[in-house]
Amino acid sequence: MTVRDALNSAIDEEMSADPKVFVMGEEVGQYQGAYKITKGLLEKYGPERVYDTPITEAGFTGIGVGAAYAGLKPVVEFMTFNFSMQAIDHIINSAAKSNYMSAGQINVPIVFRGPNGAAAGVGAQHSQCYAAWYASVPGLKVLAPYSAEDARGLLKAAIRDPDPVVFLENELLYGESFPISEEALDSSFCLPIGKAKIEREGKDVTITTFSKMVGFALKAAEKLAEEGISAEVINLRSIRPLDRATINASVRKTSRLVTVEEGFPQHGVCAEICASVVEESFSYLDAPVERIAGADVPMPYAANLERLALPQ
Amino acid sequence: MATAFSPTKLTATVPLHGSQENRLLLPIRLASPSSFLGSTRSLTINSSRRLNHAANAARRSPIVGVQEIVKEKKATNSLLITKEEGLELYEDMILGRSFEDMCAQMYYRGKMFGFVHLYNGQEAVSTGFIKLLTKTDSVVSTYRDHVHALSKGVSARAVMSELFGKVTGCCRGQGGSMHMFSKEHNMLGGFAFIGEGIPVATGAAFTSKYKREVLKQNCEDVTVAFFGDGTCNNGQFYECLNMAALYKLPIIFVVENNLWAIGMSHLRSTSDPEIWKKGPAFGMPGVHVDGMDVLKVRQVAKEAVTRARRGEGPTLVECETYRFRGHSLADPDELRDAAEKAKYAARDPITALKKYLVENKLANEGELKSIEKKIDELVEEAVEFADASPQPGRSQLLENVFADPKGFGIGPDGRYRCEDPKFTEGTAQV
Repeated sequence: MTVRDALNSAIDEEMSADPKVFVMGEEVGQYQGAYKITKGLLEKYGPERVYDTPITEAGFTGIGVGAAYAGLKPVVEFMTFNFSMQAIDHIINSAAKSNYMSAGQINVPIVFRGPNGAAAGVGAQHSQCYAAWYASVPGLKVLAPYSAEDARGLLKAAIRDPDPVVFLENELLYGESFPISEEALDSSFCLPIGKAKIEREGKDVTITTFSKMVGFALKAAEKLAEEGISAEVINLRSIRPLDRATINASVRKTSRLVTVEEGFPQHGVCAEICASVVEESFSYLDAPVERIAGADVPMPYAANLERLALPQ
Repeated sequence: MATAFSPTKLTATVPLHGSQENRLLLPIRLASPSSFLGSTRSLTINSSRRLNHAANAARRSPIVGVQEIVKEKKATNSLLITKEEGLELYEDMILGRSFEDMCAQMYYRGKMFGFVHLYNGQEAVSTGFIKLLTKTDSVVSTYRDHVHALSKGVSARAVMSELFGKVTGCCRGQGGSMHMFSKEHNMLGGFAFIGEGIPVATGAAFTSKYKREVLKQNCEDVTVAFFGDGTCNNGQFYECLNMAALYKLPIIFVVENNLWAIGMSHLRSTSDPEIWKKGPAFGMPGVHVDGMDVLKVRQVAKEAVTRARRGEGPTLVECETYRFRGHSLADPDELRDAAEKAKYAARDPITALKKYLVENKLANEGELKSIEKKIDELVEEAVEFADASPQPGRSQLLENVFADPKGFGIGPDGRYRCEDPKFTEGTAQV
């Protein structure tokens, strides 16, 4: 199943299960979704549940938050998470902090989803990874799926979750197809938020990563296996809350850690993982933690430079 | 000959009400910017004309509900309110004023801290609108939200405790002056960023409509969004005017134009200071009303709320009002002219209502005095209650971050952190 179909089926099933779920975003309806994730939903559920909004991120994100305050379950799509910067005030100030400020009276069961991170040749303003930004905010849950199974399970969990969830997809993964189990196709399939998945077991080095880089890490693990190094690849799935238990348990087993992400290196997700491991598993480390991240530059346009700016 | 800007072309694209407002209001031009600044004579005339326009537009509507309102107007006598309503309005405004005065006292005594923004002088707007709402209607406000919360029904004790940062506050001390939330009374906050509350209010109105259309529930709830003149230059305001009119949401946008955004005069920061005009540009009626007169505000509010309940969409109401104190208790308030302050102090809404009630024999001085006394006691009691309440316990620090606390993740022992009984004591590692 492709990731695109996985996401589509997840939204479809949640919408049919709960009439309070609705979709809102630019081009989600008649255009069938800017990346075709919401294909067919307008025909199936009608314009009262699939809203094509004007180009007003701050406005429609705020409307989504207000609707969540009043009891509905919006799924707000950002065409890319870069555009969420226009609405970040609402994601953080009116969604993430509200349950706390109202002492539990008002919870915000909203999902903000869309493609995140670098695509192919889209330039600096369309290529930033926001995982680190959103993951630093208390009150938010931040998820980053990799495979179709991840996409289905995590999106369903996000829609059912009573808190604001930032769901970071990846444009280049949309078309990729993954094997999917019967269990994952079931309409009540949900993955727990906060648990990472060990994609490949190993004993010499731990590689932690999320989203598209999981694919790279698995390929790297194959290459390392040829050289006789057995790598354990962890797919984080959930950036906030970070599954520190799994990461530390793995590092204690292998004693070496390489963290990979596509985003900017300073203050990134990798930095947080390094800190966590140094705090909790210091005596188990045989070597300093290695961070592989995107280059510390705005994303260049030229294809060869873009390749150089991302982990290869 | 029809050109791109002729009224005939406008009528084709703008709904009936909007176009009527446009054509009828075009000839009215205020003489100069200074006459806009609280000159009572010209604006009272204009506001009453605009009321008539709103009423006229409503009468021409094909919707049956309007006829009921017209009939109601003919049936009642010439007074705008009954005795009960008058006393209710008076009590609510006195509550707002006494409460805010007490806040100032408490702040200077060190019991209240942080940012406190007082509402003195603007009570007519809050009382005029909120007293027409039901418990299930929603109100969204800004940081100047104490009186909105009180008018909506949150108890004075709960608000005062919240301001003192005590656990008995409406948000258990976690929100503060600028973040008054009450799910029970549908007070949806309390936002510090200006303009932030407007989309949230639009979302609450959206939910009303969604409940009716998709969930097939009987929902007539409206939402009232309060915000100031400074907010009207913010992008989110326009985004929401657009979407509210586009989706015909049951919302009333109430601009509390007190002419000053901290120290920035409205005239210095706005290309066209007449905010009500921005409504028709988006296809909704824009009404200007004297915000120092609670009865006028109430009349306009009635029309706007009924319009919204009938499903005809949003209204933009600009209330010309004034805050007697500075922007916040930390503001030395040096930029505002003393003459301007005196002019508005003479138009104090509470004095005006008192005069109306007594002159029209709806109440006598004795009854009003006893209301004032009752409120004084209520506010004093609220202070005592807040004083006596305990501060939040240490364990409260980590509570309510998530509705589903599994969001705190998995601890080193492999189980969810929130399942650790020591978690909220602050002893477990966060």
